[in-house]
Amino acid sequence: MELLLKVENLVKRYARRNFAGARQEFLALDGVSFAVSAGTTLAIVGESGSGKSTLASCIACLETPTSGNLWFEGTNLVQAAERELRKIRPRIQLIFPDPASSLSARWPVFGILVEPLVLQGKLNRNEMKKRGFSLLERVGLSPDIAWRPPSELSGGQRQRLAIARALALDPVLLILDEALSALDCSVQAQIANLLLELQSSLTMTLLFITHDLTMAAHLADEIAVMSHGRIIEHGPSAEVLRNPRQEATRQLLAAVPRLPRAPLPAAQQ
Amino acid sequence: MMRYLLRRLAHAFLLVIGVSILAFLFTTLAPGNYFDEMRLNPQIAPETLVALRTQYQLNRPLPVRYASWVNSVLHGEMGFSFAYNTSVAPLLLLRAKNTLILTVTATLLAWAIALPLGVWSAERLGQFPDRLISWSTAALLVVPDLALALGLLVLALRTGWFPTGGMASVDFESLSSLNKIRDLALHMALPVATLVLSALPLLVRHVRAAVADVLDAPFLLAAEGHGIPRRTLLFRYALPAANPLVSLFGFSIGALLSGSLLVEVVMSWPGLGPFLLEAILARDIYVVIGGVLFSTIFLVAGNFLADMLLYWVDPRIRSASTPG
Amino acid sequence: MASVLEIQNLHVSYRSREGDSRPVLSGVNFTLMPGEILGVLGESGSGKSTLAASVLRLLPPNGLIGKGTVLFEGKDLLQAESEELRQIRGGRIALIYQEPSLALHPTIRVGEQVRQVLAAHQSSPKKDLNERTREVFTQLFPQETDRIRRSYPHQLSGGQRQRALIAQAIACHPALVIADEPTAALDPTTQMEILGVFRTLRETLGLAMIFITHNPALLSGFADRVLVLYAGQIVELGPSETVLRSPQHPYTKALFESIPAIFEENEKIRKKRLPVIAGSSSSQSLLRQGCSFEPRCADRMDICRKREPPLVKLSQTHIVSCLKYEE
Repeated sequence: MELLLKVENLVKRYARRNFAGARQEFLALDGVSFAVSAGTTLAIVGESGSGKSTLASCIACLETPTSGNLWFEGTNLVQAAERELRKIRPRIQLIFPDPASSLSARWPVFGILVEPLVLQGKLNRNEMKKRGFSLLERVGLSPDIAWRPPSELSGGQRQRLAIARALALDPVLLILDEALSALDCSVQAQIANLLLELQSSLTMTLLFITHDLTMAAHLADEIAVMSHGRIIEHGPSAEVLRNPRQEATRQLLAAVPRLPRAPLPAAQQ
Repeated sequence: MMRYLLRRLAHAFLLVIGVSILAFLFTTLAPGNYFDEMRLNPQIAPETLVALRTQYQLNRPLPVRYASWVNSVLHGEMGFSFAYNTSVAPLLLLRAKNTLILTVTATLLAWAIALPLGVWSAERLGQFPDRLISWSTAALLVVPDLALALGLLVLALRTGWFPTGGMASVDFESLSSLNKIRDLALHMALPVATLVLSALPLLVRHVRAAVADVLDAPFLLAAEGHGIPRRTLLFRYALPAANPLVSLFGFSIGALLSGSLLVEVVMSWPGLGPFLLEAILARDIYVVIGGVLFSTIFLVAGNFLADMLLYWVDPRIRSASTPG
Repeated sequence: MASVLEIQNLHVSYRSREGDSRPVLSGVNFTLMPGEILGVLGESGSGKSTLAASVLRLLPPNGLIGKGTVLFEGKDLLQAESEELRQIRGGRIALIYQEPSLALHPTIRVGEQVRQVLAAHQSSPKKDLNERTREVFTQLFPQETDRIRRSYPHQLSGGQRQRALIAQAIACHPALVIADEPTAALDPTTQMEILGVFRTLRETLGLAMIFITHNPALLSGFADRVLVLYAGQIVELGPSETVLRSPQHPYTKALFESIPAIFEENEKIRKKRLPVIAGSSSSQSLLRQGCSFEPRCADRMDICRKREPPLVKLSQTHIVSCLKYEE
């Protein structure tokens, strides 16, 4: 399987001037390296402040790394010219957690959905309309919500809309930054199923960033554990779950709340 | 923090200097000078005019005049007034004092009325009392200051309750101290009323909006859930969190010297406004420059105060803006 | 032993802008004993936050409490005078909201915010209030007590802010603490810490607690009893081990099945489709005749559309609201 994404020694340092003019530095990523094969799912787990979101921003080309390499489909994103980046960006899409206010209240659902198509300007109105409705269907949203304001959608519906919008530009890599964390458990299950379905039908590669180990382990082929800007453990999900090598990973696992389960019915084994 | 303060002070200082240069430029580039009026008088020989001009250095090059003006400022004189034949500074200070008596009172009064009114309105958002206040403030906003001032003057004329202008009665000096204060108050009443009425609508709406925003905030509901009494909730939780009001107050300070020109002129209040107007018309340039400078300093100081207040009140702005 | 809280037949609705009223809680009944931790499990739209707000009558202006009584230490809170209610809020019953970053005042130091709660309920001299504030902070922040007490909320981490909220809640030694999703915004390790804090408080202060969450896993090993809320009604209530391990109501069962069981021995569960509950909970649910879960129920019968399910006692302590179990 070819490597879709290869991160080499990524470092990101933030330097800010505070209100009084003093210079302060903050090391968010301290030499992160990993690779993701096409069509697989990598989960990046860690506590808040471990650098996961910064990593997501860098890969999505929203932030420039201080140093290191970011290979995507053979191109080094860190050194690529703006022209190349413009072609590459649509292929990587980022989905954020669902704060109810992040979707513009002025536009109806359909407007939000086709915005990337409008900005790209390659399709005409009819084509855009067709594509919009087909996207809604893809993510399991009923066409009659197309003209409602986003405030009328539930949390799960909003995330489906976000995914539909991300799919508009035919990405090959979807980065989900805590995209499920704010949702109810049963809704998380629905979105998780959708993601798995999209992965298998579109050969989508997923980068799943979260502090929810349960969902990470369920969705991902591999898990990378981050702490203080570094990856401290990386391996197949089952391995990391059953034989964690680092103490920090063990602590993380120990903190995961678990439902006491009756033994599974025969049908599912 | 100190670095920030010093930097802002430096900026303010540069701004004031810049304004003074601009004022200098504009007043001297404007056609005419003080002595032009005298040209119309056939009894004054043209040579006298030339001599006067030389005496007052009006024929020296601009930078030289500017430098000598700066020198004068440093000596506390701020240039020379042709009309009054004395240095500018004491004239300005006297007039500025009169203006401040008016505007400080008006500002304090306006805020004292706007705060409780706005809070009361915000608490009853959408209900009848709030709508009533919104309506009245909108109506007030639409009425021009001039109309307000004139309207109040007519009131004074008809009822005789208030003097129709000026700052002091003719026999002011002979009054007892108590009566002096009463006399001043009576003369102040109308101009202050005009200023307050014209400032109220905007203030009340701002207070209302800012407080209404805060009243919706989760932390206020949480505090209510903790059994914090209503009064404490409003004045120690809601108001302090209404940040826009702090900045607004700073700007109110900034407008202290510049906001009352119209009222002073209409009501013959001997403040900075009419004095400057007179000086502009007479081309008494150093007075004009000095007046502009005064107003600018106040404005800049007001802005500075607004920033400092905000900094003091909101610890989030104080803290470093570090990520994570 | 006298109960701390007894809710009887509570009905709450919201009035929409058009004027019609939408029921949010319908016929809620339960009793809470001193020192007990009751886990209220519900997803969005279940009415869980409304339940928390109703106890202290902190509903928004368009919320209407219809029928029912809320007995606290024998007194009906729904009939209490406003000053009485104010004394109880924060003094005898404390409510901890979600989102600790929003529930704290942004420009008042956290120590002062706790002191304000004390001042609102005790007329002790300033010195005593400060003393008590320091005590509470030492209890919740054994390290860096003074630094945290003098900090502003934005200078604290998520977990620290949550502890500050808890400090506010327990300052006046309440008999009951209602926590609405207190760990929702926190990462797993901090979540565990906060649950530990609650456990310790229950042991040392004898607190009764209502812990509201949408994540059933959190209640395991923590809550004594679990109450499952769906569309404003209680569908299941029983000892937590029983309900969590072998849920009887179709909704509860389906809910638990939609959570991935990653720690089970059988690896084949991973990356498989999760069984989901078809459809979605809508605001129309409570207005229907018959069972509100019926349209999504895997075990539905014809009769479920016509009749409201009764509360069936499966055992002395376990009740289910489902027609399946009717005799």
